[in-house]
Amino acid sequence: MGENLLEIKNLRATVEGKEILKGINLKVNKGEIHVIMGPNGAGKSTLANVIMGDPTYEITGGEITFQGESINELEVDKRARKGIFLSFQYPEEIPGISVENFLRTAKAAVTGEEQGIFQFRKLLLEKMAMLDMKEEYAGRYLNHGFSGGEKKKNEILQMAMLEPVLAILDETDSGLDIDAIRIVTEGIRKIASEENSFLIITHYNRILDYLDADYVHILMDGRIVKSGDISLAKEIEESGFIALEEVRNG
Amino acid sequence: MAKVKQDIQEPDRLVFDLKQDIDYRNKTWKGLSVELIEEISRKKQEPDWMREIRLRSLEIYKSKPMPQWGPDLSDLDVNEIITYIDPDFKKQNSWDEVPEEIKEIFTALGIPKAEQESLAGVGAQFDSEIVYQNMRNELAKQGVIYMDMETALQEYEDIIREHFMKLVPPEDHKFAALHGAVWSGGSFVYVPEGVQVDIPLQSYFRLNAPGAGQFEHTLIIVEKGASLQFIEGCSAPKYSVNNLHAGCVELYVREGARLRYSTIENWSKNMYNLNTKRALVEKDGLIEWISGSFGSRVSMLYPMSILKGEGARAEFTGISFASKNQTLDTGAKILHAAPGTTSTINSRSIAKDGGKVFYRGLVKVLPEAVNSKASVSCESLMLDSQSRSDTVPVIDIRNDQVDFGHEAKVGRISEEAIYYLMSRGISEEEARALIVRGFVEPIAKEFPLEYAVELNNLLKIELEGTIG
Repeated sequence: MGENLLEIKNLRATVEGKEILKGINLKVNKGEIHVIMGPNGAGKSTLANVIMGDPTYEITGGEITFQGESINELEVDKRARKGIFLSFQYPEEIPGISVENFLRTAKAAVTGEEQGIFQFRKLLLEKMAMLDMKEEYAGRYLNHGFSGGEKKKNEILQMAMLEPVLAILDETDSGLDIDAIRIVTEGIRKIASEENSFLIITHYNRILDYLDADYVHILMDGRIVKSGDISLAKEIEESGFIALEEVRNG
Repeated sequence: MAKVKQDIQEPDRLVFDLKQDIDYRNKTWKGLSVELIEEISRKKQEPDWMREIRLRSLEIYKSKPMPQWGPDLSDLDVNEIITYIDPDFKKQNSWDEVPEEIKEIFTALGIPKAEQESLAGVGAQFDSEIVYQNMRNELAKQGVIYMDMETALQEYEDIIREHFMKLVPPEDHKFAALHGAVWSGGSFVYVPEGVQVDIPLQSYFRLNAPGAGQFEHTLIIVEKGASLQFIEGCSAPKYSVNNLHAGCVELYVREGARLRYSTIENWSKNMYNLNTKRALVEKDGLIEWISGSFGSRVSMLYPMSILKGEGARAEFTGISFASKNQTLDTGAKILHAAPGTTSTINSRSIAKDGGKVFYRGLVKVLPEAVNSKASVSCESLMLDSQSRSDTVPVIDIRNDQVDFGHEAKVGRISEEAIYYLMSRGISEEEARALIVRGFVEPIAKEFPLEYAVELNNLLKIELEGTIG
């Protein structure tokens, strides 16, 4: 596999004084697709947001290294410009700003290059067609009045437009029907290359039917308790997280 | 929109703060006395009835208490305000003949240029008097009248007498009475039946003298089936002493007529802006208020629409932006007084750096105004924890055949939204700017094109040092 992209060492993080991440270790190399599974409240979303730099969380220990540099102290927008992307579980609604204007601003920020209106629009419509999104979405206010499924698709559209090096998908599959999951995962497959990596957080392993994950990690109570290949997901499907918990405690 | 703004900046005051060193000695008249009022009236060669309105207003002013609600006015001492500034030049209809130092100011404000490019007529008031007034010939040929109030009082005395301070009587409140006593300058517009004035007329009010008041009177009559777009602009340079603006606007919209009245108010932050505006709308007529409030130390401004005729309509669209040391108490009043009348109020307020914005509005539907429709949407956004905002939309409906919709929101800029935008590479300042622009967007697109640019410039406020 490719060179190292993300390395997390003994990461601890709290929110409002409560420790959520209790020593996470994780290594993601270029070209890899990692899946993180775990029960509700295990810290999956926290991990995703701490990597993105959400100021709500405080890192109390450990280190996040991205492309060989510590990003513990780096602001959110600078992480994005380095190529980290988070597909949010609950994307924010921003009234008054169209999807197109927002994405053009974001693309200019991430690439550092002005985006010509017509060229940008062409690219946007291409990506929207790939995700089976109607053209009118470009003119709608960002996530404003979108259904749950529309919001998730819009996250993947943003990912496709911004071309991140590391894409973290926080339960992008939940709330989607099978057709939508297929479209979203097709989108991911088209974007995936030897140059980028995915960290896919999911509660179900439905999405794994459509994606060739390289690694599966089980996150429980703020720690990665088990890592393996795709067969680990199958095992979870059959016996559930509780059984795993018992094994671990046993 | 060409380029997304990088940050939200305080309105660029540079142009507005240009001061002209004018020798005001022997020109300023201070205070409020019967002698002073009579002197103003004599100088303006007014008919007796107008002098009587002034003197009666003065009595009313003295008898009324300061408003006991709304913003704090305790720092305002009207006795210290210069009530009239005697100009030593005559009104002109060519910029070449306007005194150089005054022309310079209006040129910097872009008025002569706008006149050439996008306006059908311009009136420019400097301190107490109109210094320039002109209108395109083709409008004059159609019988449109656009002139300063003083001239109108000489030339169209009957029309003025029939309408002057009939919508806003001096008994209305203390500052309406003050206005009645010391009013000076302002515009008179008359659009004859069926005439459409598609290109806007603009009056620009400039208060240059420190410690002075501006009391201009605007009277507009749009006859049956006619239409008019009117723009009012105002600004003043900043001084350490208080200035006062107590203008009055009276609008008569006759049967089937339309009037769009737009204001961009950019007073300096030593200004008390206590302005009264009212429109009377007859059968199937339409009044549209577009209002941008950005300046002043204190504003109290609640344009009122009286829907007198069946099917009359009123639309109010407003943005207020209060920054440090500003209290903007603005809103709209609608009186539904006939069946089948419709009103829409759409207001957005923003407060930053400790500024205070309040939406204060009233929608009243009388028992006879059956089958009427009213909707009120007022939202405010606070950009930091020192700023304050509230909405007080009063609704008073006296019959049960009214379709009424209401939405009020007061919120702070959402940290989650900022995080979300930043996660796409957008800087914090830009994220805030985007959210603010998005907040005002539904309103901003209602602004006349010639002001959309100015509005965008006004919203370019620097957020450096703003704590989230």
